[in-house]
Amino acid sequence: MIKDNITYPSEEKISTREGFGEGLVEAGKKNSNVVALCADVTESTRVHWFKEAFPDRFIEVGVSEQNLATVASGLAASGKIPFMSAYAVFSPGRNWEQIRTTICYNNVPVKIAGHHAGLLTGPDGATHQALEDIALMRVLPNMTVLIPADYCEAKQATIAAAMHPGPVYIRFQRTNTPVFTMPGLLFEIGKSHVVREGSDVTIVSCGPLVYSAIDAAEALAQQEISVEVINASSIKPFDVDTLITSVQKTGAVVTLEDHQIAGGLGSLVCETVSEHYPVPVKRIGVKDEFGQSGTPDQLYEKYGLSVDAIILAVQSIVR
Amino acid sequence: MEAVNFTESQLTQKATQIRIDTIKSLVSAGSGHSAGSLGMIDVMTALYFGDVLTYDVSKPLWSERDRVVLSNGHICPGYYAVLAHAGYFSPTELGELRKLGSKLQGHPHRESLSGLETSSGPLGSGLSQSCGMAYTALLNKSSWNVFCLTSDGEHQEGNTWEAVLFAAKYQLGNLIQIVDRNNIQIDGFTEDVMPLDSLNEKYQSFGWHVQDIDGHNFEAIIDAVNEAKSNYQKPSIIIAHTIPGKGVEFMEELPEWHGKSPSLGETVEALYELRTLAGAIESDHD
Repeated sequence: MIKDNITYPSEEKISTREGFGEGLVEAGKKNSNVVALCADVTESTRVHWFKEAFPDRFIEVGVSEQNLATVASGLAASGKIPFMSAYAVFSPGRNWEQIRTTICYNNVPVKIAGHHAGLLTGPDGATHQALEDIALMRVLPNMTVLIPADYCEAKQATIAAAMHPGPVYIRFQRTNTPVFTMPGLLFEIGKSHVVREGSDVTIVSCGPLVYSAIDAAEALAQQEISVEVINASSIKPFDVDTLITSVQKTGAVVTLEDHQIAGGLGSLVCETVSEHYPVPVKRIGVKDEFGQSGTPDQLYEKYGLSVDAIILAVQSIVR
Repeated sequence: MEAVNFTESQLTQKATQIRIDTIKSLVSAGSGHSAGSLGMIDVMTALYFGDVLTYDVSKPLWSERDRVVLSNGHICPGYYAVLAHAGYFSPTELGELRKLGSKLQGHPHRESLSGLETSSGPLGSGLSQSCGMAYTALLNKSSWNVFCLTSDGEHQEGNTWEAVLFAAKYQLGNLIQIVDRNNIQIDGFTEDVMPLDSLNEKYQSFGWHVQDIDGHNFEAIIDAVNEAKSNYQKPSIIIAHTIPGKGVEFMEELPEWHGKSPSLGETVEALYELRTLAGAIESDHD
């Protein structure tokens, strides 16, 4: 049963980065301490709307992601709430140690927007498809990690991040993806949501792939396989209760993420169920390899993240 | 704000006492960075006791304080001793350096010790954090300054030069960098490891206000800081030429003392030298 607050099927496609751009302007209106920094990708990370609304509170740092993180740290240490935007491969990729020391160890409220995440980045190829960022961020003390599933959640997660007292990493994509969560629903850090109820297997996903998980669940319903789908948009802190309650009912988990198979959501779910309620787990993700150029659909097909691949994984674990 | 305005001989006495406490703290820890700590003590003493820095130890988070960012966190044994003498904590606690549970971490941890503005140790990130703070002051139309203490070696880090560009672009006239030009780093002399000269010409070409000074001359340090403070158009750098290990002759100018602490025997010798110095100065001026 798909939950009432989920729109399925969805007719509308908007990228999560649009949600970020709009949420950032909202956050800026709510709090004059919100400032935005960007590393020469202002339009493509949708920070240009904030720049137009609050020109004095926009800071261009140029192509320098290490500076992006550390200038943001200094702003935060002196009372500002900085949002720093760049492609996730470079931030938090290139500036990871600066994030570790000057943001997390300093424990200052910098908000890191990692854009162009995953194979969804498409034709730019492997150098620009961030597949390691969740792993890099979830190991850092003091860091909160959020992965909105669609445009609406992206907007609300951005607003929630601005109000959160510590460092936050949020992951965004460039491709237009289905809008299916309820507009205006406040984003709750630390909470996962069951978006579809089922009893045979639980699919846990994050980001736009949550919608693919619902697609797979609907198809599997035709084969008398009842699938529960969890949207784990708060990776850290993670909602242990929602996952464990679900697996106590279903007894099996499939994880699904546009990220390396190691260190991300799949690892997090394995760690959680093995400690709390061990059940069989099947992980779907990029299998320790780099992406390449192609359309998002072609890449999902090639790297095993298509709806068909999800269906096969579920069938293999319930059998 | 502290009403501290020491005479030059008082500054010398204070610096010597801080050097003695730094050596004691290093030998108690059994590890730590001696040369840079001793080399920058005159600069740091001038800042905290020469009536140039705005601070209030009873209100370490006072919004109008000047910010001091220690970018080269490894010289914290010297900086901790300065903070203790300034009144942020008791000098008797300096023996806790690098001990389990201590507020005096091996490299500074912002949340462990009041008076610290940042955590540091990984090089090349302090100047850009200082840029962020200076930018906040401009946004808030506040008059406080940011003093960033850096090493020459960390000018081999790309992040430093990203910050140099940023400070010039945004005309951060409230940013004053003081670089410890002591010419040494772990692997040897800077000009052998990765040449940096001329820092003066490099900074001028990047649009900074540049002064070269003797980092052991209190009058020169204070004059240079006052000149930097009076300049509102450009970020400032004071290139403080220092002697690493200053005050302890067997440590001076030797790269091998960059990253180690004295043994017990060496400590006795160092303290004898420093106490003699303190005594000599007393007899000269009293």
